[in-house]
Amino acid sequence: MASRTVAQLAQDLRAQRTSAAALLDASLARADALAALNAFITVDATGARAAAARADASLQQGRASALCGIPFAHKDIFCTSGIRTTCASRMLGNFVAPYDAAAVERLRDNGAVMLGKTNMDEFAMGSSNENSAFGPVRNPWDAARVPGGSSGGSAAAVAAGIVSFATGTDTGGSIRQPAAFCGITGLKPTYGRVSRWGMIAFASSLDCGGVLARSAEDCAHVLAAMAGHDARDATSVERPCDDYVAALSTTLKGIRVGIAREYLGAGVEAGVAAAVQAALAQLEKLGARLVDITLPNAALAIPAYYVIAPAEASSNLARYDGVRYGQRCAEPKSLEDLYTRSRAEGFGAEVQRRILVGTYALSAGYYDAYYLRAQRARRLIANDFVEAFTQVDLIAGPTTPTTAFRLGEKTGDPLAMYAADVNTVAVNLAGLPAISLPAGFVPTESGVGLPVGLQLIAPAFAEARLLAAAHQFQQATDFHLREPGS
Amino acid sequence: MSDARRWQAVIGLEIHAQLNTRSKLFSGASTAHGAEANTQASAVDAALPGTLPVPNRAALDKAIAFGLAVDARIARHSVFARKNYFYPDLPKGYQISQYERPIVSAGRMPVRLDDGSMIEVAIQRAHLEEDAGKSLHDAFHAATGIDLNRAGVPLLEIVSAPVLHSAHEAVAYMRAVHTLVRWLGICDGNMQEGSFRCDANVSVRPVGSDKLGTRTEIKNVNSFRFVEKAIEYEIERQVRALEGGGSIVQETRLYDAAHHHTRPMRGKETADDYRYFPDPDLPPLAVSAGDIERARAALPELPWARRARYEDTLGLPAADAAQLCADKATTDYFEAMLATLPGEAKLCANWVLGELAAALNDALLTIEQSRVSATALSALLARVRAGTISGKIAKEVFAAMWAGEGDADTIIAQRGLRQISDGAALAAAIDAVLAECPAQAAEYRGGNEKLLQFFIGQTMKRLRGQGNPQQLNALLREKLRQP
Repeated sequence: MASRTVAQLAQDLRAQRTSAAALLDASLARADALAALNAFITVDATGARAAAARADASLQQGRASALCGIPFAHKDIFCTSGIRTTCASRMLGNFVAPYDAAAVERLRDNGAVMLGKTNMDEFAMGSSNENSAFGPVRNPWDAARVPGGSSGGSAAAVAAGIVSFATGTDTGGSIRQPAAFCGITGLKPTYGRVSRWGMIAFASSLDCGGVLARSAEDCAHVLAAMAGHDARDATSVERPCDDYVAALSTTLKGIRVGIAREYLGAGVEAGVAAAVQAALAQLEKLGARLVDITLPNAALAIPAYYVIAPAEASSNLARYDGVRYGQRCAEPKSLEDLYTRSRAEGFGAEVQRRILVGTYALSAGYYDAYYLRAQRARRLIANDFVEAFTQVDLIAGPTTPTTAFRLGEKTGDPLAMYAADVNTVAVNLAGLPAISLPAGFVPTESGVGLPVGLQLIAPAFAEARLLAAAHQFQQATDFHLREPGS
Repeated sequence: MSDARRWQAVIGLEIHAQLNTRSKLFSGASTAHGAEANTQASAVDAALPGTLPVPNRAALDKAIAFGLAVDARIARHSVFARKNYFYPDLPKGYQISQYERPIVSAGRMPVRLDDGSMIEVAIQRAHLEEDAGKSLHDAFHAATGIDLNRAGVPLLEIVSAPVLHSAHEAVAYMRAVHTLVRWLGICDGNMQEGSFRCDANVSVRPVGSDKLGTRTEIKNVNSFRFVEKAIEYEIERQVRALEGGGSIVQETRLYDAAHHHTRPMRGKETADDYRYFPDPDLPPLAVSAGDIERARAALPELPWARRARYEDTLGLPAADAAQLCADKATTDYFEAMLATLPGEAKLCANWVLGELAAALNDALLTIEQSRVSATALSALLARVRAGTISGKIAKEVFAAMWAGEGDADTIIAQRGLRQISDGAALAAAIDAVLAECPAQAAEYRGGNEKLLQFFIGQTMKRLRGQGNPQQLNALLREKLRQP
C-alpha cells in the first residue's frame, strides 16, 4: 500500500478490492517492521481495529466519505480522549485528555482509521525531531539523517508508507520542512481555517493544524475534512470553505507565479536551487507565468519569529506547573520547589531555552525592544505579501535551503538550527496558506538521493488555488510517487 | 500626636464586581455560588492542554452597560491581555484580563455624601477579567487544596482615579458603585460571597501639595465598614510614620478585621513583573456603534437621575429621594405604588421608608421578600386618601396585612374599621362623653381650651378610633361652645 494514495485506496475500498481491516493490518505490520524509524509515540492497535470495523460497515452501507477506512496518524499534539497525548514531552508523559481535538473529531467522523500518535519535537519546538523525550525520528530516505521537525514522526510515517496521511502542526514550518526533507506533500492552511481546539499550544498566533500526505490531491481530501469554523476556537474563521477537491482540475494556465529573489539567494544549496529551478520551469511549461518579485522584509522573519514564538510559548507553557496534571516532582519541599523541579524535570533543553527567551522578551524594560519590535516586523512582513499578491497569484521557492541534514549535525548550534526555517516562518507570521511538494532529488554518495521541497504560498484562504497548482504539477511529475529504499 | 489637618489623604479604589452571567467569562461552566469544590470547573477552567478560551458576550454587554451608565468611553476594539504569574489557584499560569485597551475608560460618576453634598468621581477604567480559583489552606493536613469553581468567573474591575480624600468619601463612592451595579442588574452585589469587593490605594501628602505620596494597596476588603476602618487606619498610620520622620514603603497590605489594623502581605504575593501581552487566543473584542446605541437605549433611568427627578418633579425631600434611590428594589417598589397613586409621592415615600422599612427590618427581609406587595400597600393608601380609614387605622390594617390576614379592604370590612363620618353618629358619641364628664366640660367652657384633646381622645375611644378626626374636631368645638 506504500505507494498508494488516499484517492487510490478509496477506490479500492469501494470496489471491495480491499477492506479497512486489511489496510490497517498492512499498516500495523509496516509500523512494526519500521519501528526503528521511531515515528510513533503511541500505536493504538485496539482502537484502530474498532475504527476499521466501523469503517468497513459504513463502506458496505455505501455511505462513506473519501477518507473512510484509510489508515492515518495524528501528531501527538492533538488531544485524543482516552489515548495519551504527550507532545513528546516528559511533562505530559502520562497525560490523557478527557476530550478530542477538533481535528480528531472531524477525521473520526469521516471514518479515517487512526493508527496512533506520531513522534515530534517536544511541544513542536524544533526543526529536526531531535528534541523529543521519546528519542529522535529517522529519515526514511537515510536513517542517519533527520526527518525535519517538528512534525517529523508524521512525515516519516507517510514517507515510509506506514500510513497514507498524517496530521501535523505548523508554527514556523513544522509541516512543510519535514515534508520537504521526507519527499512528501505538506499543507499548512490559512491561520484560522482549521480549529485549534484540542491542539496543544506552542505559539497561539502562529500554530496551524494541517496535513502531510503523498499528494496534493490527498491533502485536498484531508483538508476538506479538517477545515471549517469551530465556535470553541475564537480565532477560527466563519468564512465558508471552498471545494478543494473539485478545484484540483483548475489548470495553471495564466497563473502568475512570483519568484522572490530573497528565497533563492545565498545559503541555498546548489542541488536544491537546481531542483527548484527545474520545478519552476515545469510550472512555466504547464502554463504558469513566472514573475520576479521582491519581499523586502524577508530577513526580518527569523528574528521576529524567534521573539514572538518563544514569548507566546513562555506563557502557554506556564500551565505545566505540577499542580493539576503532568510531571510533578517527588516530595516538593515548598511551592517554589514544586514549580522549579517539576518544570526542570518535565521540559527538555530546547523548551527551557525558549521559555527563558520568551520570558525575557516580555519582561518589563525589554518588552518594547523585543516583543513590540517583533510585532512591527511581523506587520511589515505581512504587508510584503499583500503587496506581492497584487502582482502574482502564487509565490514559489525552495521550502528549505538544504536537504535533510545529519542527526546531531546542528544540535550544538541552536542558531544554525533556527536558520533551517528561513523560508517558512514568514508564512506563519503572515498567516498565509502554503504547501511543500516534492520537486526533485539531490544525489548523495549512497545513491538514493535526498528529496527537495518546492514551497508554494497563496493569499489567505486561497487553499484551493494552492492545491490545484500543486496537483497540476504532480500530474506532470512523479517525484511525489518515489519511495525511499526503492 | 499626629496632626491630621496638615495632611491630605489621596485614595483610589479598585472595585471587583462579579458580573452575574450564568456561565464563566471564557468557558461554559456555571458560575453559581456554593457548589462542591471543583464541580464547576471545566477543562478550560482547569487549563488542560489544548483548551481555548471563548469570550462570553453577555459579560461584555454588562461591561458596556456599566460604561454607558458612568458616561465613559466604550472601546470599539478592546483587547484581552495575559497577566503572567505563577500561583496554584491560577491554572493557566496567567490571568486573562485587559491591560492597554480596556472595554471602558474615562468615565465619571456623581456621588452623594451623607451630608447631602455631591462629589464627582472620575473612573479611569473598567475592564473585564477572570477570577482565580481558591486555595484551601485548612482543609487538608500538610497540603493545600485548590477549588477551581471560581476560576474564570467574570469580573468587572472598576478603577477610580485617585480623587477621594477621606475614608468617608471612599465608602460613599463604593456604596454608589454598589447601588449602580445592582441597579443595572449586572452584579448581585453580595459581599459575603465575594461578588463585590474592593482594593484601596491610599497615600497621604502635605495639604497644598499636588504631588502624590507613596501609596500602599489594601487588598480584598469585603464590607463597607471594613473599607472605612481600613482606610482610616492606613491614613493615620502613614501620617504617623511621616510625622515621625519615617517613610512609606510601596507595598500591599492586608486589613485584619479582628485587630482593626493593616499589615504587609508576604513578599511572594506582591509579584512585580506580570509580563502583560495581548492574548493571542482572543481576537480584539469588537463593539459596533449599533451595539453601543442599543445598549444605551436599554439603560434604565440611573440612580442619580431618578433621585433628581424625585426631588425636582415629585417634590420629595432630598433625604427621602436619596433613601429611595439607594437601592433598585426599593425604588422599583416605590414606582409601582406611585403608578396606582399618582400625586401621592410623599404619602408613598413615608410608608416605604417608614412602616414598610420597619416591618422589613424587624423580619430581616429585603424589600423583594416583602410580605406586602406594592400593589397591596397602594390599595391600603388609596383607602386613606379616600377617607375610608384614617392614617392611624391604616397602620393597624398594615400590621394585619403583614400578618397575612388578607388585603386592605377585607381587613377593614372584617374588623369594621371604616371611618365614621356620619354626623349623627359622631354627635351621639360626643353627647355621651360630655354627659359623662360634666366637670371637664365646665372647665373647658371656663377657658381651659387645652381640654379639647381630652374630649377628642375620649370620643375616639368610644368610636374605637374610627371617627373622622377632622369632622370630630369641628363638631366637638361646636358642641363645647354650646352651654
